[in-house]
Amino acid sequence: MSLAFQAEGLVKRFGKTTALAGIDLAAEQGSVLGVLGPNGAGKTTAVRILATLLRPDSGRATVGGHDVVKDAGAVRRLIGLTGQYASVDEDLTGTQNLVLIGELLDLRRRDAKVRAAELLDWFDLTEAANRPAKTYSGGMRRRLDLAASLVGRPAVIYLDEPTTGLDPAKREDMWGVVRSLVGDGSTVLLTTQYLDEADALADEISVIDHGKVIAHGTPAQLKQIAGGQTILVRPTDPARLAEVSGILAAVAQREPESPGRGVLTVPIDDDRAFPTVVRRIEEAGIGVMELSLRLPSLDEVFFTLTGKPATAEVAA
Amino acid sequence: MTTTIERSPAPVTSAGPSGPPPARTFRVARHSLALARRSLIKTLRTPEQLLDVTLQPVMFVVIFVYLLGGAISGSQTVYLEYLLPAIMVQSVMFASVATGFSLNTDVKKGVFDRFRSLPIARSAPLIGSVLGDLARFVVSIAVLLGFGYAIGFRIGTNPLTALAGCLLVIFFASAITWIFVLLGVIMREPGAVQGTAFLVLFPLTFGTNMMVPTDTLPGWLQAWVKINPVSDVMDAARALITGGPVGDTVTKSILWSIGIIVVFAPLAVRFYRRRV
Ligand SMILES: Nc1ncnc2c1ncn2[C@@H]1O[C@H](COP(=O)(O)OP(=O)(O)O)[C@@H](O)[C@H]1O
Ligand SMILES: [Mg+2]
Repeated sequence: MSLAFQAEGLVKRFGKTTALAGIDLAAEQGSVLGVLGPNGAGKTTAVRILATLLRPDSGRATVGGHDVVKDAGAVRRLIGLTGQYASVDEDLTGTQNLVLIGELLDLRRRDAKVRAAELLDWFDLTEAANRPAKTYSGGMRRRLDLAASLVGRPAVIYLDEPTTGLDPAKREDMWGVVRSLVGDGSTVLLTTQYLDEADALADEISVIDHGKVIAHGTPAQLKQIAGGQTILVRPTDPARLAEVSGILAAVAQREPESPGRGVLTVPIDDDRAFPTVVRRIEEAGIGVMELSLRLPSLDEVFFTLTGKPATAEVAA
Repeated sequence: MTTTIERSPAPVTSAGPSGPPPARTFRVARHSLALARRSLIKTLRTPEQLLDVTLQPVMFVVIFVYLLGGAISGSQTVYLEYLLPAIMVQSVMFASVATGFSLNTDVKKGVFDRFRSLPIARSAPLIGSVLGDLARFVVSIAVLLGFGYAIGFRIGTNPLTALAGCLLVIFFASAITWIFVLLGVIMREPGAVQGTAFLVLFPLTFGTNMMVPTDTLPGWLQAWVKINPVSDVMDAARALITGGPVGDTVTKSILWSIGIIVVFAPLAVRFYRRRV
């Protein structure tokens, strides 16, 4: 097994703020590492160090065995970065943006154009190819930005909150892109604030808070720590809440909670509990407005891990 | 831990930064030109940006020639010959501020993050910006000469010598640009770049023989005007475009330009590298 990148004990301070307080991250080649954390946790800072844009105050990081500080040039040949905020050039068209990157990566102009067309097609931007990027929607800009980071077919790709602010359908599209990148053999570091996203994409997840890794594991391991999944039921007729409560308690072997009026939730340890609940509610003839199986939110994960809500400012 | 990752169908064909010097210089040049094209496209796409490098000098000419020309030289045409080459120098110097301004904007917006994560020389984006903005100087000079021609200005030497004069002015302005590139890289806000730039430019451009000959000025001002290299460049431009003694003004202009580049370009690259 070989690591695509590895960071050990990274520390970074900005004035009095400690953005990273000794962080370790690593991913095997061809895998997806999810870095999960709330706003201000240090995700972007970590990505920027791994992308050679920032120097750590201490600690070290390597990509493909090359040190990000001492051998930044070699690292830059391996990586593609899609930052949290799109860094496309607004005055240039989609094509011009991508051709420029291709030329800077030493492609011949003709090859750069071919590659640009290929990527624009993949990201559904062919129609907008010759319009300045300032006329693009937020989602289109993101896609162009991602395309720009893929021009050189990088072996390691950093995606800093690629789906924040996207609507659910666009989010699914982005997930598809990430999966196909990994299918092509790339290694992906993906930061996110959503456990379900990390769960859907990552092979391993590092949960970070205040610049420290507070938990690391596979999605299954993390979900176990964080109380696994939760069933939520909202009967159409509030009068039948007591009955629903009885069913949930019987299946989950736990007392359900009511986080809101007319809603009941109960954590479950076993995936098979959900179909059982669905069946019993149906058998009892109870109509439901809402019936879902959901992962804990980042807040709930944080609460379990730290006993505090996931707001950096509160705890600071 | 001797992992090696290969880029899949790898487009890396050249020797890279550690390659032999000629290949490296060649790559920097190629990358700079690609980035210069980017600046050029941006200029062409927003031609209103050129208003300040065209309208402003034209306005200066109108104001000075018609308001002061008669009083200073007794003849507006004579004064126009004296003034216009100097205004050319001033206008390209003002035009060079924009390079620092847009550089600062790009760094702030994160456009340069992309460049900085690519395996290209750190100097390439800066050189590219300076080269790309040469177009602004050309436009500024062309408009000024065209307008001058319309109100009676004539080249007093020959077209080739006059062209050499224009190129000298452009060369000097590209040297000055490096000062503003440095400011653009150091400062936090585009507005601060502009403000500081004008603080530098006013004494440099107005503290010259641009409007009136040096010997009509008070002593303390004469001292400044004489050491101010912009006076030399203005004299050189006058000599090459309208005629008159060249003296050592051309040599001095070239030496000053080279000196400014040698000092400010490496400084700008160094601060750009450190700005993280
Ligand atoms: N350039 C900077 N200057 C000052 N503080 C910064 C800078 N970049 C990040 N920080 C601070 O460092 C902390 C971590 O930020 P960041 O890495 O952006 O977190 P995340 O990406 O997880 O939201 C935050 O408190 C942020 O305010
Ligand atoms: Mg961030």
